[in-house]
Amino acid sequence: MKFAIQVNEGPYQHQATDSAYQFAKAALDAGHEIMRVFFYHDGVNNGTNLTTPPQDDRNIVNRWSELGKAHDLDMVVCVAAAQRRGIVDEGEMQRNGKDAQNIADGFRISGLGQLIEAGIQSERLMVFGD
Amino acid sequence: MSTLHTVNKSPFEKNSLADCLGYAKEGSAVLMYEDGVYGAMKGSTVAEKVAAATGVKFYALGPDLKARGISQEKLAEGIEVVDYAGFVSLAVENDKVSAWV
Repeated sequence: MKFAIQVNEGPYQHQATDSAYQFAKAALDAGHEIMRVFFYHDGVNNGTNLTTPPQDDRNIVNRWSELGKAHDLDMVVCVAAAQRRGIVDEGEMQRNGKDAQNIADGFRISGLGQLIEAGIQSERLMVFGD
Repeated sequence: MSTLHTVNKSPFEKNSLADCLGYAKEGSAVLMYEDGVYGAMKGSTVAEKVAAATGVKFYALGPDLKARGISQEKLAEGIEVVDYAGFVSLAVENDKVSAWV
């Protein structure tokens, strides 16, 4: 089955992103497809490469990156939510005159249309948030 | 058309479980996860409402129960415990999913 996943909460703030990750992993393990993971609202904070959690804690950002790489996931960060919270890729850095970028491996910044498309093209849209 | 309703809030914090039960039709499924698993405990003020929802099947996510110290004997009757693979199966088996976040 074709799933899409929406994550509305940031890492280390709420269990939502942990639940979304565990669900995604279980779905992939069962042979299902995840056509997109869309990070919205504070969920965009899952896509920064500047986090350094303690070594004995889970690294939520890296965990997403690794899952994305292993399964070629399309992990999309909402652009408007990202601009508000300082999640920046090369294009956004240039467009907004910033001097750095911090988008984590496997994530890309795009618009809300990607969520709408995911809702239409997937068979189930799973929403995780607060 | 069956619906899987997912509830992730404690019923003692938010009204999402009660709201969900107001909408859940016969034949639908309710999965409690995260703090939502507190709604699966027996003897609480919420347990009666859950028991009164006839024709609705209730599930609770095992890892979230375990994280909160809710063992099998503390669960209300009729609650089925599932793992994440079971969560995925519920999403597949029902025709749609409604997240009460």
